[in-house]
Amino acid sequence: MEDIGQAFVIALELIAAGDPELLATVLLSLGVSLCAAAAAFLLGAPAGAFLVTQRFRVQPVLVVFLNALLGLPSVVVGLVVYLLLSRSGPLGALGLLFTPRAMVLAQTILTLPIVAALTYRATENYWAMYRDTFLIFGAGRLRAIATLLAAARGALVTVFLAAFGRAIAEVGAIMIVGGNIRGFTRTMTTTIALETSRGDLALALGLGLILVSLTLLISGAAFLLNQRMSDER
Amino acid sequence: MSRRNLVFQLIALFLLLASPARADDSFITLASTTSTEQSGLFGFIIPLFKQASGIDVHVVAVGTGQALAVGTRGDADALLVHDRAGEDKFIAEGHGIDRRDVMFNDFVLIGPKADPAGVKGVKDAKEALRQIAAAKAAFASRGDDSGTHRMELRLWKAAGVDLAGNPAWRKETGSGMGPTLNVAASLDAYVLADRATWANFKNRQNLEIVSEGDPVLFNPYGSILVNPGLHPQVKAQAARRWHEWLTSEAGRAAIGAYKINGEQVFFLEPALAD
Repeated sequence: MEDIGQAFVIALELIAAGDPELLATVLLSLGVSLCAAAAAFLLGAPAGAFLVTQRFRVQPVLVVFLNALLGLPSVVVGLVVYLLLSRSGPLGALGLLFTPRAMVLAQTILTLPIVAALTYRATENYWAMYRDTFLIFGAGRLRAIATLLAAARGALVTVFLAAFGRAIAEVGAIMIVGGNIRGFTRTMTTTIALETSRGDLALALGLGLILVSLTLLISGAAFLLNQRMSDER
Repeated sequence: MSRRNLVFQLIALFLLLASPARADDSFITLASTTSTEQSGLFGFIIPLFKQASGIDVHVVAVGTGQALAVGTRGDADALLVHDRAGEDKFIAEGHGIDRRDVMFNDFVLIGPKADPAGVKGVKDAKEALRQIAAAKAAFASRGDDSGTHRMELRLWKAAGVDLAGNPAWRKETGSGMGPTLNVAASLDAYVLADRATWANFKNRQNLEIVSEGDPVLFNPYGSILVNPGLHPQVKAQAARRWHEWLTSEAGRAAIGAYKINGEQVFFLEPALAD
């Protein structure tokens, strides 16, 4: 219990001190996870809506497959990306292993199914509503996808946040492909893992509190943005 | 409008991050052990090397077994590890070249203050382990194919303790030194640890050093260059500068000057035996 109380004190002290190394770690965490969530969103949201518009017979299989990928273990993604980017692997020549870019790539793969599956859910009902209209006006596939995404934009904020949340909380994949290199690929979660292994549990939890506060802030900001968007409507 | 701007900025940021990295000789990747990283040694000596050479060192800290595996794939430029048998195999298979002794630290036997196996003051490490096994006292093992784990297995074998059937009193954590110490602290278990990690470890609870100083517990660290003949993408020149610096007067002086809470944990000669 003493440690937990101490963790709050440490968290406040760390924030007050404004340590540049901590700031850099926080920024890297946010940068990597935001980039990964954004990339997954740009690829996954249209893909999810596209699936909704398809009526071919394999579609249920695809959806089941996609939903199963929601539970993709992050260490497995980390391992696959590691083997791809390894100097002995197919993409070794890019020199991306143990860099922040490798971490973005791993987290993009990790969050892509989340975005696609949740977008599918979010646009499903709109497709049921608008399908006939689309058919009557002869709207093209791209036009239909764009309309579906625009209609579901409120829910898509949540989809983005879910992807971002998975990315920022994740440690297994980035530990493997980033290598937890101090001042280069060390993020909040890998720092927490490191401090835990050094037995400094109070500091580890203190860092955890800072991370949770940050995600809370971002989630709050997204909520406000979402409300303003629906007010405008 | 502003929302569209935000989207473009995000795309730009992603493209920036996703564009292929330039071949970059301003840093090398060093695969090393968790014990060295967690001891804080690298935080002390790497800035000194960087000042002297302009080359930064990115340390990927894993168990010795994994560090050798990273080297085998050519994913590091140099290694600093501690498992002589594994290192020799690595060299013999052609993955590494030019192994050099860099420094030593030593292993210590950690245990609960209550000392249920009565090993306090037993300097002979094999005898201490034999007593722990006889008492079936809880023992936390790394179980992760690290240098420390390999040392522990050699000691059990030398002590004549049969680990077949994975006895319940010996718990393999399958994780690094720190997590294993955390487990030992919460179970009041004995554990073999390297002195550097122990000196830096904060969550000690009832644990203390119960046996130390047996010469078999010396732990030599070797610096190895990953063979550029086998892995053409290795930054051979920059890695060699690090390798040379580490074994130069300047490097040795830096290692010798590193202390944790006033305690020296890495030694340049195996002088602990006295």
